[in-house]
Order: sequence, then C-alpha cells, then structure tokens
Amino acid sequence: MSDVYVLGVDMIKFGRFPERTVPDLASEAALLALDDAGLSIQDMQALYCGNLGQASAMVGQRVLQEIGQTGIPVVNCANACATGATAFREAWTSIKAGLYDVVLAVGVEQMGKGLLGGGGAGKGIPKEGLLGSGTMPAVFAEAGMEHARKYGTTFEQFAKISVKNHHHSTMNPKAMYRIETPLEEVMNAEMISYPNSKLMCSVNVDGSAAAVLVSEKKAKELGMERAVRVKASVITSDPYQERDLVMPDVNTCTRKAAREAYEMAGIGPEDLDLVELHDCFATAEMLHYENLGLCEDGEAGRMIDEGEVALGGKIPVNVSGGLLSKGHPLGATGIANIYEVCTHLRGEAGERQVEDAKIGLTHVIGLGSACGIHILEKT
Amino acid sequence: MALPVVSYLKLPEDGDPYIEGHKCSNCGSVFLGERSVCSNCSSRDTMEAVKLNNKGKLYSYSIVFRSFPGIDVPYISAIVDLDGGGTIKGNLIECEPDPEKIEFDMPVEVVFDDALGRKDADGNSYISYFFKPVN
Ligand SMILES: [Zn+2]
Repeated sequence: MSDVYVLGVDMIKFGRFPERTVPDLASEAALLALDDAGLSIQDMQALYCGNLGQASAMVGQRVLQEIGQTGIPVVNCANACATGATAFREAWTSIKAGLYDVVLAVGVEQMGKGLLGGGGAGKGIPKEGLLGSGTMPAVFAEAGMEHARKYGTTFEQFAKISVKNHHHSTMNPKAMYRIETPLEEVMNAEMISYPNSKLMCSVNVDGSAAAVLVSEKKAKELGMERAVRVKASVITSDPYQERDLVMPDVNTCTRKAAREAYEMAGIGPEDLDLVELHDCFATAEMLHYENLGLCEDGEAGRMIDEGEVALGGKIPVNVSGGLLSKGHPLGATGIANIYEVCTHLRGEAGERQVEDAKIGLTHVIGLGSACGIHILEKT
Repeated sequence: MALPVVSYLKLPEDGDPYIEGHKCSNCGSVFLGERSVCSNCSSRDTMEAVKLNNKGKLYSYSIVFRSFPGIDVPYISAIVDLDGGGTIKGNLIECEPDPEKIEFDMPVEVVFDDALGRKDADGNSYISYFFKPVN
C-alpha cells in the first residue's frame, strides 16, 4: 500500500461570518489548499467534505458548484466534532486502497453563538436542569471532576491550561482571539459550569480548512520538499463503559485510538515534537495528556504546573491556541489541526514554530462518540 | 395523574416509585431503559428488569451557573453510582452549590417529587427523581 502525503493544506482565519454561506467558506479553504499544492480542482479525483450543521444539504457538491463541477465522486460526512478528521481519513483511505492518487478533503462549519448540547426536547418535558445538565460545558466539567476525584486535580490547574492556550494564540494570525488571559482573569471569569469558567470553554466560530492528499507516486512526481507524510490515521468509536448512559466517555476511545496510531506509525509518544489535541474545554485537555500517553496517569496536573506542555516545553500542546482561543468550528477543526501540525513540520509556523519539529499528532473527539488521531511526519 | 419523567422511572399504583434497570444475566451490565441486546457482551435475550437501589454515592458533578433560558441556576448536575449497580444522572438538591461543600463519594438518596412544576404541551404534570445528601 502506498504511503499517503499531504501536499497542500490551509485554513481560513477563524471568525464570525454570518453574511457568508457554508459552501463559500469551504470553497475559500479548498482554493487555498489547492494553491498550496500547486494544483487545480481539475486535478482532484475525489472530494471528501465534512460539515455538521448542513449535514443533509450536499455541502461538497455545492463547493464544486462554486469552484469547478468536474463530476468527481463527492462524499459528505458528519461525525460530531470528529467530522473534519473523518473526511481527512476517508480521503486517506481512498489513496491507501489504491483508488486514487490525488484527492481533496475539506472541513467547514458556520456556528451560532451560545451553549451547545442539553435541550434534547424529545417527548414529555425538557430535562435540562431537572436531570442534571446536558450542556457541553457541564458534561466536560463532569469528565474533568472525574480526574479531580482520582488525582486531586484543582480548579487552578484546569485554568492554567486556558492561560497557556490563550498565550499561544497571540502568535497565531489565524486564531479568532489573540489576547493574553492571566490566571486570575481565567479564574475570575464568569463561571459557566464549575470548574469551567467562560475563558475555559472553546469559542464558537465559523471556519474552514482543507487538505490535498496524494499517493507516494504522485508526491514524487510533484515534488516532496513541502510534503508531509501521514504516518497514521485512526478513528475509533466508544467501547462499552459502565457509566456510558449518563457520562459520555472521551477517555477510552482516545486511549484506543492512540494505541492503534502509535502502532501504525511505529513510534511512541516520546517521539512526538508537538500535539494538537481536542481542548473543547480546559477540563478536556487535562484528560488527554494522559490518554495520549504524553505522561503517566495522574501526572497531567504536574505537566501543566511545570510548563511541559507550553511552547518551549518538553511536548508543546496546542501551540495554535487550540479550540479555546483559535476557535472551534466543529466540522473544520479536524483539518485545521492537521494544518497546524503540517505548518510546524514544514518549518513555516513563524513566531510560534516548535523548533526542529519532525513528528506531530492531531486528536479530535466527537461526543457520542468518535475519536480521530493522525500522526504526521516531516519528509 | 402525573407521568414519569423518563421511561426508567417506575410509578407502581400500589407501591413506592423506583428506578428500573435492565441487567444482562451474562455479563452483569446494568442499563437504563428496555433493550433486548447487551451492548457490552452482545448477548441477546439476556436482559432482566431489576429494581435499582435508591441509595448511592456521588461519583462526579458540575455546578451549573449558565444553562438555557428559563432554567433556574445555579444547580448541581450530579452523577451517582447506585449501591448494587447502575449509574444515573440528576440534580443534587439540599446541598450548597459550593465545591467546598460537595464531596466525592458522599452518600446520597434518590427521592421522588414533582418535576419542578414543568408540564408538557397537553398540561400533564410529571414526577422526577432527585438526589439528596444522606447525613
Ligand atoms: Zn452483557
């Protein structure tokens, strides 16, 4: 089976664009990625398009209606916050299978403001605030408090994650927000769902990202200088856990995906130079240091205390600013984090460049649940 | 007559309300709501309805300060492991919404009461369950 390479990749600057359409946002990223690869839509053999909000509205075809109706196969996919990673993986799979040599993956989302989750009208009466909370900040707060019960993790330690990611975002011109948020400010911000304050919740933004994936044959033909090798592509669903019915488990599916990805790549977590992981809430990032094997179980609090996960530390995490500050356009997130890692492996990340980066990992979680992990390597 | 807020809350005519679980006789997993296949061991036709205990321990929680419009805050969203098996989620009441006052594994009791006055489109009222600290 051919190795698969990312030949072109890009994202738009995340923001709020209520006057634009979903296909329009997606088309912009698609054209950026094609330009980055030095190719045209005419060269693409298939399109894999990830979007949640308009999952039944043929977003991929509408992108081609904007930038080139070549009649290629289009697959539209939705997989909660793992949507973009799923589109990327479908593209990867098609090359692995030997079907195509050049394909395009796009992720896009246009979001409203406000709380996600909860509600769940269904039959009878609303259950929010009656049978606990189904809002995302509360669900991830409960997951974080499970870590607190095991290891004594503190509110302050969770808050430090947000300080770090906001700091990183000041160096990323494509981030939604680029402001420092000192610890007191994070801890004193409006409490949404303890222990997640407002500055510890990801930012709902509009955004898109795209990647051109090619076979080894095609990469050699077109030039390898800026190509990035996809060392592993893994998606898992949530294995049975005893509290599943009331407490979505983001740990077990991440651990399973990480194990499989390291095996596929033939590396271990100690070989990574940077990680972009799913910090939908500050509490979530804490869990994934351990889930991805960046440290031993119970060591996550120490990692953030000692700055090991900051730029310049042992293993920088979310140097893009993460979902907390760069923003989280659900369907775009999984390709935007691939853009970030590729940019470092190409040595093009400017002020936030992780020095001498050779191997990086991206991770997303779609609640419900799906986990997507990609390991990328400099060529 | 008030209706149960979820299908697994049972309101027998001649007894006290209780939470019903469905337990797999092959692997022991406990589910909420009726089902015919076990999602843990994949066994079929091994599900048995069981009455779950109304005593349990606080496993995890969040104090919710912002919710949807019209929902009273703050409140404690709690995940409780019931003694003898089964985990359910609900509001922890009669407890200050202050992390200093909430302890992991604190014993709680499942109590049943009107669903905070909420009614459906047809005007039916509902019975819900809540957690109360046991002193
Ligand atoms: Zn079973």
